[in-house]
Amino acid sequence: MAEAGKVDPMHQFTIEPMFGTDHWEIAGYSIPFTNSALWMAITTVVLFLFVWGGMKRQLVPGRWQMAVESMTSFVDNLLAANVGPAGKKYVPYIFSLFMFILFANVLGLLPLMLVGVHPFTFTSHFSATGVLAIMSFAIVLIVGFWRHGFHFFSLFVPHGTPLWLIWLIPVIELVSFLVRPFSLALRLFVAMMAGHVLLEVLSSFVIDSMNSGALWGTVVGLPSFLLMIAICALEILVAGIQAYVFALLTSLYLNDAENLH
Amino acid sequence: MPQIAQLSETYASQIFWMLVFFGLIFFVIGKGMVPKVMETVAVRDKQIADDLAAAEAARKAADDQEEAWRVASNNQRGEAQALIAKAKAEAAKATEGRLAGVNAAIDQRLAEAEQRIAGARAGALEEIETVASEAAGDIVARLAGVTVDAAAARVAVKEALNG
Repeated sequence: MAEAGKVDPMHQFTIEPMFGTDHWEIAGYSIPFTNSALWMAITTVVLFLFVWGGMKRQLVPGRWQMAVESMTSFVDNLLAANVGPAGKKYVPYIFSLFMFILFANVLGLLPLMLVGVHPFTFTSHFSATGVLAIMSFAIVLIVGFWRHGFHFFSLFVPHGTPLWLIWLIPVIELVSFLVRPFSLALRLFVAMMAGHVLLEVLSSFVIDSMNSGALWGTVVGLPSFLLMIAICALEILVAGIQAYVFALLTSLYLNDAENLH
Repeated sequence: MPQIAQLSETYASQIFWMLVFFGLIFFVIGKGMVPKVMETVAVRDKQIADDLAAAEAARKAADDQEEAWRVASNNQRGEAQALIAKAKAEAAKATEGRLAGVNAAIDQRLAEAEQRIAGARAGALEEIETVASEAAGDIVARLAGVTVDAAAARVAVKEALNG
């Protein structure tokens, strides 16, 4: 934390071991149960409760069941539209991915500070999003080589490539293919971090200007506060969009692996 | 930026717990619960499709029955109309026959009556002539004192009566 009176907008991303688990390690790697891990756990529990509430399996669904079913149908439709009938088997993975990211993003935005809990958005850490991205990328690779063998490399030669460009296009395609896990991980991490930094900076404007007196409070604090409200709404939107983008891109990549052109 | 500053000390923890919790979500929620939710949706969709198909079939059956009923009712109507027409024709024929019979009887009675009237008139005329000729004979006998022969008086009266 910076010195008193100043707000460090990056402090919210600090990872701290919790419950005295600093010394936990496996094979020499330290794996303390951090605040980040805690919010992963909370996200897991909330997601479990959400889906569990929709498991009544009534013929005529209640509101909760309807909500859960609309989420599974949403993922199902996403895969059906982007991968086709072969996409059905990826529903559990894409659903887990989409809902985990969505719930993590939204939970990290909740104003839980009002009840003294500091929410932590672990999707604002590329060490967390990277795991998801590499997992998606690995599944694409495994499925691709499993189904098509070395023919999967033809992914790097799109249809209609002119013969005289055959030396260049595969290189470009290979680079764009290898960038995928990075773009997946960084897009989510940057979007979440930027939103949280922006909110923190604006809130520091509001607090500091109010502390400087009524004039600055009105000139700087009030507009910042109004802007914050708008950006909060935007961030909720971004939370959903980023989860959707992650799931959508993963399903598009899976389509490459499944259907290969 | 803690994401980078703390990377070396936290990456193992981040990756480990991420795998743990995402694994939990994938296997418990994704693999365990989501298929059941989707199965419920599929069962409902199937039930709706089946119900719609049953309703469609019922509608078709109703249409068929209505068509059959229409054909039967048309046939029956035709038969009934034929029956009515036949009955009408028969009735007309019977009426005609009876009318003809009654007409003939009436004509006969008319002819008899006319004949009787003609007879009665002829009788009446003759009586008038007789009375008139007697009266004429009497009048002549009283006025002129001449006795007229009855036959001559009759001829004279007939001439006067018939002009």
